[in-house]
Amino acid sequence: MSKLVITDLRVTVDTEDGPKEILKGVTLTINEGETHAIMGPNGSGKSTLAYSIAGHPKYTITGGTVTLDGQDVLAMSVDERARAGLFLAMQYPVEVPGVSVSNFLRTAKTAIDGEAPKLRTWVKDVNAALQQLNLDPTFGTRNVNEGFSGGEKKRHEIAQLELLDPKVAVLDETDSGLDIDALKVVSDGVNRFRAREGKGVLLITHYTRILRYIEPDFVHVFVDGKVAESGGKELADQLEAEGYDRYLKPATA
Amino acid sequence: MTVTTDSVRSALEQAPAADRVESHLHPAGSFEVSDHTAPTGREEIWRFTPLKRLKGLHADAEFMRSATSCMWNTPEGVRVEGVSGDEARALRGISGLVPNTLWAARVLAEVPSSLLIDVPADTEVAEPIVVDLDGQDVTVTEAGHVAMRFGAHSKAIVVLNHTGSSTVAAVVEIAVGDGADVSVVSIQDWADDAVHLSHHQARVGRDATYKHTAISFGGDVVRMDANVTYDGPGGSAELLGLYFADAGQHIEHRIFADHTAPRTKSHAVYKGALQGEKAHTVWVGNVLIRKIAEGIETFEENRNLVLTDGCRADSIPNLEIETGEIEGAGHASATARFDDEQLFYLQSRGISEQEAQRLVVHGFFNDLIRKVGVPSIEDRLLTTVEAELAKNVLKDSAFGSGA
Ligand SMILES: Nc1ncnc2c1ncn2[C@@H]1O[C@H](COP(=O)(O)OP(=O)(O)OP(=O)(O)O)[C@@H](O)[C@H]1O
Ligand SMILES: [Mg+2]
Repeated sequence: MSKLVITDLRVTVDTEDGPKEILKGVTLTINEGETHAIMGPNGSGKSTLAYSIAGHPKYTITGGTVTLDGQDVLAMSVDERARAGLFLAMQYPVEVPGVSVSNFLRTAKTAIDGEAPKLRTWVKDVNAALQQLNLDPTFGTRNVNEGFSGGEKKRHEIAQLELLDPKVAVLDETDSGLDIDALKVVSDGVNRFRAREGKGVLLITHYTRILRYIEPDFVHVFVDGKVAESGGKELADQLEAEGYDRYLKPATA
Repeated sequence: MTVTTDSVRSALEQAPAADRVESHLHPAGSFEVSDHTAPTGREEIWRFTPLKRLKGLHADAEFMRSATSCMWNTPEGVRVEGVSGDEARALRGISGLVPNTLWAARVLAEVPSSLLIDVPADTEVAEPIVVDLDGQDVTVTEAGHVAMRFGAHSKAIVVLNHTGSSTVAAVVEIAVGDGADVSVVSIQDWADDAVHLSHHQARVGRDATYKHTAISFGGDVVRMDANVTYDGPGGSAELLGLYFADAGQHIEHRIFADHTAPRTKSHAVYKGALQGEKAHTVWVGNVLIRKIAEGIETFEENRNLVLTDGCRADSIPNLEIETGEIEGAGHASATARFDDEQLFYLQSRGISEQEAQRLVVHGFFNDLIRKVGVPSIEDRLLTTVEAELAKNVLKDSAFGSGA
C-alpha cells in the first residue's frame, strides 16, 4: 500500500515581518500507482508543499493533515518520514563537503532498510543505478553534490530514488535545468520507479515538457498556495497552450 | 554561517607605503634570558592564552627533572638520541630560532639536554620515526628541547606523540636541508589535566618541502606556535592542523610563515571542532612576505565547526606584505554551526539526526585527514574524531531540528 493524503494543509514561513502564509489549504490524495503532476507559476508554493511533506524545519504547519497509509506524517521527524517511505527529490540538492556519494548512499540505504545492504549486490546495484543515469562510475568517490553540474545533481537525486525505493516520491522540478538528453535519462529513471508495484509520484513542474516523457494520471494547477484546478493530462495541454494567465487574473469573468 | 575571505588585493591596500611595517611580526629576539620579561597577558601574542592555567611555564616555573617518559624507534641510517653538554648547546638555534619569549629563552638556556633526531644527507627513511612522550606527573613543571636535523635531499617523517599528564614547555627546532622532503607530525592526545606550551620553529632549505601537522585533542591548555622561515628560494611549507576542543579546554594554535626568501610557498589549513561549555580554540595565522620574498605564494585557511552552545572559536588570519611582487596570497577564515540544510538533506534520506551530524563532522575533517600522508595516523585520527563525537554529538542531540 502507499496512499498519501494531504488535507487542508496550511503552512507559514517566518519572515522579518512575521509569519507569512504560503500554503492556504492544500487537499490532494495520491493513491498507489498514481502519478500526479503539480504545475504552477513561480512562487505559487510548490516547493513549500514538497518541503512541508518532507519536514523541512523552515516551514511551520498551521493547519491540516498529511498521512501516509494512515500514519500521521506531520508528527514524524524528517528521517522518520523517509523511513516511512517518503522521498523528496529536491529542486536544489545540498552540498555535503567531505562525504562521498558512495558513503552517503550506503548510510541512507542502511537507515531506510534498518540493516546494512549486502555488500556484493549493493555495489552492483549502485553501479547499475549510476550507469542508467549516465553517471560516471567514479561518481561514487565524489563528495555529495559538491561541484556537480545542475544536471548531475538531478540525476543523482533520481539514482537515490531508484536505490532507496520509497513508497511515494515527491519530485520538485527535477526537470528544470536539464537539456533534452538529460531530461530523457531522468524521465526513464522515474518511469522505471513508477513501473514498480504500487508507487505514488507527485511530480512538481513549471513546464509541460517533462509530461511528454512521464505521463501523469492527474494534473493539478497550483496557484497562490492551493490547488486551483484539477483534471486529467489534457489539462497540461491546455496549460501549454494558454499558460497560467487565466488563473492569475482576478476571477471577474 | 559567516564566511570571510580576503584576497591579496585588499591586503595590499592596507599595507602602508613605508618600507618598515609596524608589526608584532618583527620582534627583536634574544638568547639572553634577562632580555625578556614575563608576559602580563596584554601582549598581542598572549592576549588569548589563559596565563593563570599555565602553572608558571610562561614565567618563572622551575624546570624540574622530567616526569615524562620518552621512547622512540630508530630506523636504520638515523640517529635518535638524548644529547647533553656541548653537543646539546650546539643544537640551540639550529632552526634559526632567536627566542622572543621568556619561556623559550629559558628553555634554550636552562634545559641541559636535547633530543636529537639526525637524518643524514641523501638518506630516505621509509618508516616514520615515532617519539612517544608519556607524561607521568602533572605536578612536575618541566621543559624540553628537541632538535631535528634533516640533511640535504633526505626524506623522513617524524611523529611526536604526546599522551598522559604533563606540565611541559617544549621548543622543537627543525632544520630542513636543501632539497629535503620532511614531514613532522605533533599529536597532542593528552589527558584532561595536561598543560603544554610549545614552539616549533623550522628553517626550510632551498627547494625543500616541509610539512608540519599539529593535531590537538587532549589537555587543559595546549598552545603551539608553529613557525617557518626559509633558508633559500624555492622552499615550500604546508602547515596543517586539526583540533577538537571539549568543555573547558583551551587549544591555541598560532602559525607564522615568514617568507624570508623569494619564490617560496606556504599553505596552511587548520580545522577545528568545538563542543561543550567553555571550549575555547584560538587560531592565529601570521604570514609575513618580506621585501626580498618576491614571487612567493601563500594561502592560509582556518575553519571551525561549533557543535554545541557555549563554545568560542577565535580565528585571526594576519597577512602582512612588504613587496608588491607576489604570485598569489590569500586567506580564509570561517566559523559555523551545523548547516541545517545539510542536516535536512541527509535526514530526508532516512539518516537520523545524530548520524547526519556524525557524517557532517567526519566530512568536515576528511580532506584534511587525507592530507596528513601517514596512513597509521590517518586511521587513528578517524577513530579519535569518532571518540570525540561520542562524548557529545552521538550521546544526545545537542541542538538542531527534528523531533
Ligand atoms: N523565508 C521566506 N521568507 C519570505 N518568503 C518566503 C520564504 N520562503 C519562501 N517564501 C515565499 O513563499 C512563496 C512560495 O515559494 P516556493 O519556493 O514554495 O514557490 P515555488 O512554487 O516552488 O516557486 P518556483 O517555481 O520558483 O520554484 C514565494 O513567494 C516565496 O518568496
Ligand atoms: Mg520551487
